[in-house]
Amino acid sequence: MIRRAPRSLGEHAPILFPALMLVVFFVIPFGLMIAVSVARRIPGGFYEPDLVFANYERFLSAFFGGVLSFSLELAALVAVVAVGIGFPFTYRLARLPRAAQVRWLVFLLSILSLSEVIIGFAWSTLLSRTAGITNLLVAVGLMAEPQSLSPSFGALLAGMVYQAFPYTVLVLYPALARLDPALVEASRTLGASPLKAFFTVVVPAQRNTIVATLIMAFVFALGSYLLPQLLGRPQHWTLSVLITDQAIYQSNMPFAAAMAVFLVLVSLALVGLSLLFGRKEEA
Amino acid sequence: MSALVLDGLTKRYGSFTAVHGASLRIPHGQFVCLLGPSGCGKTTLLRMIAGLEEPSGGQMLIDDRDITATPAHKRDFGMVFQSLALFPHLSAGENIAYPLRIRGVPADERRRRADSLLELVRLPGMADRPVSRLSGGQRQRVAIARALALEPKLFLLDEPLSALDAKLREAMQIELKQLQRRLGITTIVVTHDQREAMTMADLVVVMSEGRIRQAAPPMEVYRRPADAFVADFIGMTNLLEGEVTVPGRASVPGGELALAGLPPHGRALLSVRPEEVLLHPATAAGGANRLAGTLSFVRDLGASVEFRIDVAGREIVALTRPQDRPSVEPGAAVIVEIPAEACVILPPEGRVS
Repeated sequence: MIRRAPRSLGEHAPILFPALMLVVFFVIPFGLMIAVSVARRIPGGFYEPDLVFANYERFLSAFFGGVLSFSLELAALVAVVAVGIGFPFTYRLARLPRAAQVRWLVFLLSILSLSEVIIGFAWSTLLSRTAGITNLLVAVGLMAEPQSLSPSFGALLAGMVYQAFPYTVLVLYPALARLDPALVEASRTLGASPLKAFFTVVVPAQRNTIVATLIMAFVFALGSYLLPQLLGRPQHWTLSVLITDQAIYQSNMPFAAAMAVFLVLVSLALVGLSLLFGRKEEA
Repeated sequence: MSALVLDGLTKRYGSFTAVHGASLRIPHGQFVCLLGPSGCGKTTLLRMIAGLEEPSGGQMLIDDRDITATPAHKRDFGMVFQSLALFPHLSAGENIAYPLRIRGVPADERRRRADSLLELVRLPGMADRPVSRLSGGQRQRVAIARALALEPKLFLLDEPLSALDAKLREAMQIELKQLQRRLGITTIVVTHDQREAMTMADLVVVMSEGRIRQAAPPMEVYRRPADAFVADFIGMTNLLEGEVTVPGRASVPGGELALAGLPPHGRALLSVRPEEVLLHPATAAGGANRLAGTLSFVRDLGASVEFRIDVAGREIVALTRPQDRPSVEPGAAVIVEIPAEACVILPPEGRVS
């Protein structure tokens, strides 16, 4: 490995390609979006370049504030539920025989191949009155008559957790597979029941992994815009839904861009926070 | 009354039997070493004692109480793991105080106990040090202190010193033995190092292929091995296959030996330690139990001299002190004397039972 700083162009070469990709696929589009967000909208038409902050001001209304806080809360709740289920699940998974682990991981990966649309309609069918799971409950005699469970906040949460779950497991898996099984055994011989060992050793020892996974799931859920429309009521629509609405149906690109920029900044701030958190842990 | 009694403890994994009916009585305050080559079942036996593996058969008693079905966290045994298994998210002191925290001991009491345990393992003032900033030997001591925090009935260690370098390992062996003697705690250590076992143990339990071959004090295991495996595994030995011709006499390659305690007829396996073998120049006068051979190799080991002698196609190793070195050179004809009292008669080939 070269320890000194690279000097010639040739020594910079390995970093050039990823840097180029980052510029082409992130910096330029994001720059365009910032430019658009401060553009002046021409009513009924398009927009022209300018430097107005009206779009950001408009954002400070109670309505958008409400939508924003709902979006953040929903994403946070999805992240907590996904990690809350995913962590014990992955912990058990990492302790299964090798062949069984591979089968589970392939199954989980196959969920990733489903599009958000399919997941949304599948859940709305599953929770519908005519073909949903309540029919099963009626058949078993637990319910008097079938009910519609969707759209609702619960349906939205279920769909979004379902979508985030495989990612959560894939991020947690490497860390939990590396966890020394002797740690839990040690805590058992020191008087901890299996459950206590899990909460006093496994969870705290994996704190950084858990925080990183929570942030990943949070950012992932923040971008969801189809599921809120398929499984939620209008009051459950997130900022991503409003961005789509403004950009496509209201033809208000500058305002959509302003909201998108804000969403990116919130995401970046959270990732930065997690890095800061991780650094403090190391010290 | 024995502290720990194992009665026919067995562990099977499918068709593979890791431990075959291990039976053992361990008195209070003993230092026991489970010794054997890797894969002999010693770690599995220790894990069954700790409650981390469920026995497939047999039972386990401590102070006459059956603990075969007691889960690990209710056994009150302290265990040191091969990987040490220190909790990475806790400091040295918090690691040691962990079992106290689990039992709800108040924080200031925990702190006091952790400090006195650190004192015990000679790491005073290290309580706030993160585990990642401790050296190998220090981690070792923290793991030992943590296992002793609850004043356990039984102190179990699984190859605890294998990660340390040779010098530190020797020092820790002696320290561990002294600590055990001071606390008077019944201790079981798993090791594959026979020197380590000889250094520390009151009772050496030699295992191979899932069976206990011999359980005896170190010098007895060395002087009176129960079978060929034990004789060969503990130190160096010469194994001679003999045939009993006349009662009390066995013919071996290169000659005949007069021995007491031979079976009346049939084959016999003899073990004699190299330091017991006497070497004479070929010109020496004849006598009992002397075999003629050719000296093939000599090496100076500093504290001793090792001779390898070809006796009728079989190699016999002899060890002498440098000052007792006979004046013979490689290639010379020599006479090997095997004193009758130094010869251990083993059951022919294998099984003790």
